[in-house]
Amino acid sequence: MAKMDAIQMQLLQEVAGLHEIPEGAYNLRANGETAGRQSTANITITPKEAGSGIDIHIKEGTKHESVHIPVVLSESGLKETVYNDFYVGDDADVLIVAGCGIDNCGTQDSEHDGIHRFFVGKHAKIKYVEKHYGSGNGDGKRILNPVTEVYLDEGSTMEMEMVQIKGVDSTERTTIAELKADAKLIVRERLMTHGQQSALSAYKVTLDGDGSSADVVSRSVARDRSYQKLDLCILGNAACSGHTECDSIIMDEGRILAVPSLEANSVDAELVHEAAIGKIAGEQLIKLMTLGLTEAEAEEQIINGFLK
Amino acid sequence: MLDLNHISFQAESENGEITIINDISLHLDSNKFIVITGPNGGGKSTLAKLIAGIEPITDGQIVFDGTDITNMNITERARLGIGFAFQQPVRFKGLTVLDLLRIAAGKNISVSEACEYLSEVGLCAKDYIRREVNASLSGGELKRIEIATILARDVRLAIFDEPEAGIDLWSFQNLIRIFEKMQQSENGRTILVISHQERILNIADEIIVLSEGKILRQGSRDEILPDIIGTKYASDVCRKLSEEA
Ligand SMILES: Nc1ncnc2c1ncn2[C@@H]1O[C@H](COP(=O)(O)OP(=O)(O)O)[C@@H](O)[C@H]1O
Ligand SMILES: [Mg+2]
Repeated sequence: MAKMDAIQMQLLQEVAGLHEIPEGAYNLRANGETAGRQSTANITITPKEAGSGIDIHIKEGTKHESVHIPVVLSESGLKETVYNDFYVGDDADVLIVAGCGIDNCGTQDSEHDGIHRFFVGKHAKIKYVEKHYGSGNGDGKRILNPVTEVYLDEGSTMEMEMVQIKGVDSTERTTIAELKADAKLIVRERLMTHGQQSALSAYKVTLDGDGSSADVVSRSVARDRSYQKLDLCILGNAACSGHTECDSIIMDEGRILAVPSLEANSVDAELVHEAAIGKIAGEQLIKLMTLGLTEAEAEEQIINGFLK
Repeated sequence: MLDLNHISFQAESENGEITIINDISLHLDSNKFIVITGPNGGGKSTLAKLIAGIEPITDGQIVFDGTDITNMNITERARLGIGFAFQQPVRFKGLTVLDLLRIAAGKNISVSEACEYLSEVGLCAKDYIRREVNASLSGGELKRIEIATILARDVRLAIFDEPEAGIDLWSFQNLIRIFEKMQQSENGRTILVISHQERILNIADEIIVLSEGKILRQGSRDEILPDIIGTKYASDVCRKLSEEA
């Protein structure tokens, strides 16, 4: 990591919680170039032959290992599209940490579009953590448009934690998942937008196999004049169960459009949707103020808790 | 410690303006255990909210420890040492019991300190400390956590609005022990409890009967209690529960 400067290290810490070289397999990408890569006996990372991106192969039966693939951008005006494909062997049980941090102090827009595809083998278990973060006070926008595709084979499980709390001006997130029998998908998304930011987040989860299930929960806060569109869709094509929940706090002049949708193509599909948008309850503010917080402090505590 | 000078509270209702608190004057001394009782809708909760600054008085003056707090907001009053346990505590998605106790304490108290407050209110600390203060908690659990948030603060005046509601599995004796312990503080703390419960009325230094926004009676326990026992103002929840069972 000798190539990384202080700003890049800061970004790295924000998106991947890394202070130093991680243990296990990793691929660090900084300003469009590889800044470090390491494979392990069970996890191989290879650059793609054509175009930019990497292939990550996780051997079947790999247990308790992790892969970190953070991306940092600190150069104004950089625009890149990266393809990362994960091939996860049967029965593997691993942690994957991705994330992108952009620092833009310049006047040109910086953009990172990451396309992540996961081919998850039978009975494998994946925990996936993705954090997006922006900083820098230039006029150039910080743009992130991640696409995530998840293909879950029989009996496999994927737990996804997607967080974007700060500093990304414009984002269009697309997540697609297809589940075979007994596969399970759990998504926890946390979004906060402020200023003039706009965030679009769309999920399309298809439950194809009997016994498959999905639980997609999105919590978001729209402050200032920001805009969010949350599009959560589950299709049930078998004896499956699906649940989506969209829970948003709106503040200032923020705007939120929640578009939940369910489609059942099997009589045995059980799909549930919940959606709520509202401002912070006055009673919650009052309670924290009676404990000695100012209104602004109370607001901050409530939002922090909500997005935790 | 607290003086209410001719305070009134009017609010808008469907039938126009109504007077909910009607020209009340009241003096509370330090180091006292005072119980406010009276019929439902009499204005007890409203009076407590006026003291805490949650609703603004429309007339009169409130003086706390020599300071005129009439125009102070909730936060300022809280920082002067007024604590308020709600009749219907609020739930928070995401905030844990530990978060709430830390906010109440005003500092990052250790987990074991926070656990002590929970044990005081009869909750098994390790089961609750990481729980979210959300809809998964029962009304009774929430009520006890609410009381714990007052214990975590070093208040001069502690107001409890019907603290006994929903104490289901928790003994009354425990609640009374908490009040007794709170009163042993060095700062001359006064406890103001809104309650209908005979057992709580029984340990009062002073009883105030509030009805239709006015003080109907005020005096020592010995003066007031004999007159209201068995009336609609005082009932024993435990007796009632055992009769229903
Ligand atoms: N902000 C308000 N606006 C209109 N009516 C109110 C308001 N606050 C309280 N009230 C009414 O005032 C009366 C007294 O309420 P409350 O103080 O809760 O009584 P208690 O606690 O003694 O049962 C009730 O009839 C209640 O509906
Ligand atoms: Mg009341």
